[in-house]
Amino acid sequence: MTAANESIEKIQAAYQALAEEARLQKEQFDQSPLPKIHIGMATCGIASGALETKSAFEEALKERDVEAQVHTVGCVGHCYAEPVVVIDHPDSGFPPILYPEVTPGKAKMLTKLFLQEYDPRFEHIMGAIVENEMIPSVHEFSRFNREKRVIMERCGRIDPEQIHEYLADGGYGALAQALGEAPDAIIDRIEASGLRGRGGAGFPTGVKWKIARAAAGSEKTIICNADEGDPGAYMDRTLLESNPHQVIEGMTIAAFSGGAKKGLFYVRAEYPLAVRILESAIGQARAKGLLGNDILGSGFDFDIDLFQGSGAFVCGEETALIRSVEGYRGMPRHRPPYPVERGLDNRPTVINNVKTLATVPPIIEKGADWFRSIGTVDSPGTAVFSVVGNVTHPGLVEIPMGVTLRELIFDICGGIPNKKQFKAVQIGGPSGGCLSADFLDTPVDFDALTRAGAMMGSGGMVVMDEDACMVDGSRYFLDFTQKESCGKCTFCRIGTRHLLDILRRLTRGEGREGDVEQLENLSRAVKRGSLCGLGKTAPNPVLTSLAYFRDEYEAHIEECRCPGCSCRALTAFYIDLDKCARGCDACVGCCPVDAVFTTSNRKKGIDQALCVKCGECMVACPPDYNAVIKVSPAHLAPTIERPPEKKR
Amino acid sequence: MTTTHTLTDEDRANLESLQAQIESSPIGRGQLIPLLQKAQKTLGYLPEEALALVADHLEITRSEVYGVASFYNQFRFNPPGRNPIKVCMGTACHVRGGEIILENFERKLEIKEGETTEDREFSIERVACVGCCALAPVALVSETLHGHMAPSKVEGLVLRVRVEKEKAEREAAKQ
Repeated sequence: MTAANESIEKIQAAYQALAEEARLQKEQFDQSPLPKIHIGMATCGIASGALETKSAFEEALKERDVEAQVHTVGCVGHCYAEPVVVIDHPDSGFPPILYPEVTPGKAKMLTKLFLQEYDPRFEHIMGAIVENEMIPSVHEFSRFNREKRVIMERCGRIDPEQIHEYLADGGYGALAQALGEAPDAIIDRIEASGLRGRGGAGFPTGVKWKIARAAAGSEKTIICNADEGDPGAYMDRTLLESNPHQVIEGMTIAAFSGGAKKGLFYVRAEYPLAVRILESAIGQARAKGLLGNDILGSGFDFDIDLFQGSGAFVCGEETALIRSVEGYRGMPRHRPPYPVERGLDNRPTVINNVKTLATVPPIIEKGADWFRSIGTVDSPGTAVFSVVGNVTHPGLVEIPMGVTLRELIFDICGGIPNKKQFKAVQIGGPSGGCLSADFLDTPVDFDALTRAGAMMGSGGMVVMDEDACMVDGSRYFLDFTQKESCGKCTFCRIGTRHLLDILRRLTRGEGREGDVEQLENLSRAVKRGSLCGLGKTAPNPVLTSLAYFRDEYEAHIEECRCPGCSCRALTAFYIDLDKCARGCDACVGCCPVDAVFTTSNRKKGIDQALCVKCGECMVACPPDYNAVIKVSPAHLAPTIERPPEKKR
Repeated sequence: MTTTHTLTDEDRANLESLQAQIESSPIGRGQLIPLLQKAQKTLGYLPEEALALVADHLEITRSEVYGVASFYNQFRFNPPGRNPIKVCMGTACHVRGGEIILENFERKLEIKEGETTEDREFSIERVACVGCCALAPVALVSETLHGHMAPSKVEGLVLRVRVEKEKAEREAAKQ
């Protein structure tokens, strides 16, 4: 037997011992006849009240003297249905069932009726988790069966704070396998898989690792970029909160093949739960010998630290991120030299996104060909999108690359709610672009999106219905990038400010002739005159919306009209007296500024001078009447005199 | 730097505890941001005195420390209210009317974003995405997150905090 074989066997033996111990621990839980209640407890679940739901279950169990195990898991990505609870009640004869929107009241009801009396309450069920003959399965919904989970496969299934659950599920197996191979062979496999960086730019990961491996110096670092600054994307956070070990495993494999000894998680300080879970996960991995010196007896040393990013969008850029870790203002510098050659403290540094690293273990386990069989030729694998905005089933969706926008928005996410029309989809956050309905058949992959004028970015996808205003949308993104510009390049610092000023004027109805041309010129200048990705992409929202929704800009300038009735300076609310029942006072009661009034003959009117255009009266007006109308331009609203205040 | 507040006794006590924490920390430029985070965690904000402690420990100038601190959104130089209100201004919240929610809080509390009410009870901040886009629009009061916000919910939230405070005070008076 050769020395290499001996070492592989030693690593495998060490790993199998860990995995076996974990499996036994997990089996005890799985095979217990007690009912199991799985509650999704990531940030979005907690925000929707998962903590209250959990304590309601615990209380009800105690009160009724029912024995059951409450199991906290991560997020399944179905944010519209949070808090999501899965109840596995073997004695009842039913398969594990998924319940959406479990409020504390529902929790108590289910404890009594399902856990005690074996009635699963069909009206509250979304579906069974597995195919069976009794209850329709959730996999009959397109939201479930059209997804392909590689990165988020274990999210919502395992408890992120228990390393044994990840180990029992085959976790860290890829690491054990990789440690027995030559680093070059691993890099070759990643390169062959065609994996591209999931941070947005889509740089081939294998190439990056190869450069790092070839770079001189022994003190190399690997950084996991979890500085998810894009407003509207939260998949990195969900992944870290639901399955941190897959990222740690991927990072360790990356370190082994690139020759790094030190790892660093750069996580936003705004994600306290992710920071806490990550800290505990790193600690547990260390305790099991999966991090630290001589990992699994392979002789490879690697450990991970955690750095909390302080909230600067530009720090998502590699060189700015490094400056910030070094304790300076996070300003990007010129590349080359690239960080893989000279990065943190001038040493070679590999920077990979959370999702990139989480994709590594499945590739090692199942091979490059398997990965290539998913997605498209140039963009293999899956993409995680946070589809939000005006869409029926918002949340995190992992799909194979190449699925069209139409399938994603209408088939998987349920389309536009409230019978409204689709208007645009904004992809890639402040650096991305707005695409109109003409682009709905664009496949989702790195290159097709870039060709259409948007970009993959971090995967934020905001769907807008007919009420959205494209000019206001551009103003919003410019407002963000203008604040986040680090100020190094003049074009980015001053150019974004001017763009913002023009857009602000437009949304106030103070547009001038020539504004559109000026926006175009300035946008191109900012793109050319900026050093880093922030400035280079900041004008994208303006340029794409100008390309596809130019008529909206013109309506703002020429007619002071907002086609989406969204710019508040250009719209007015009034009450259609033919529709108004006049008997109810819902609109009067809900107005936060007392702008809605009743005249002596029970007519309703809105005092335009006081109205802040929040739209509450529109929501409050019963749907049978639907008497509150929104118009643009504002002068179209009929005026009703407000009666003088009665003297008391 | 403009500061409009004076240190309270509590602040002074916190500064002392901060000093002890800082003294035991390693020295090095890379420690700057972690130390500033520690200071903000201890005091809730970064008064000049705290910046000075950090600067002296790391042997860099105070202007340099302020330069770094003011670059990042996380650091604040005004004391937060006891019930800080954070209104999410992420893309999804914007599409669903986050700005209207922010305005309602501003009107109700009669302060602007970035300010603290005189009794230090409330402060309003706009934050970039808190990451619950599916619940948009979203606002955080203290640490509690409120999803699907509407202008009519704003008044209730503020009222609840005030009523609970009064109740606590009444009960404290009873004992």
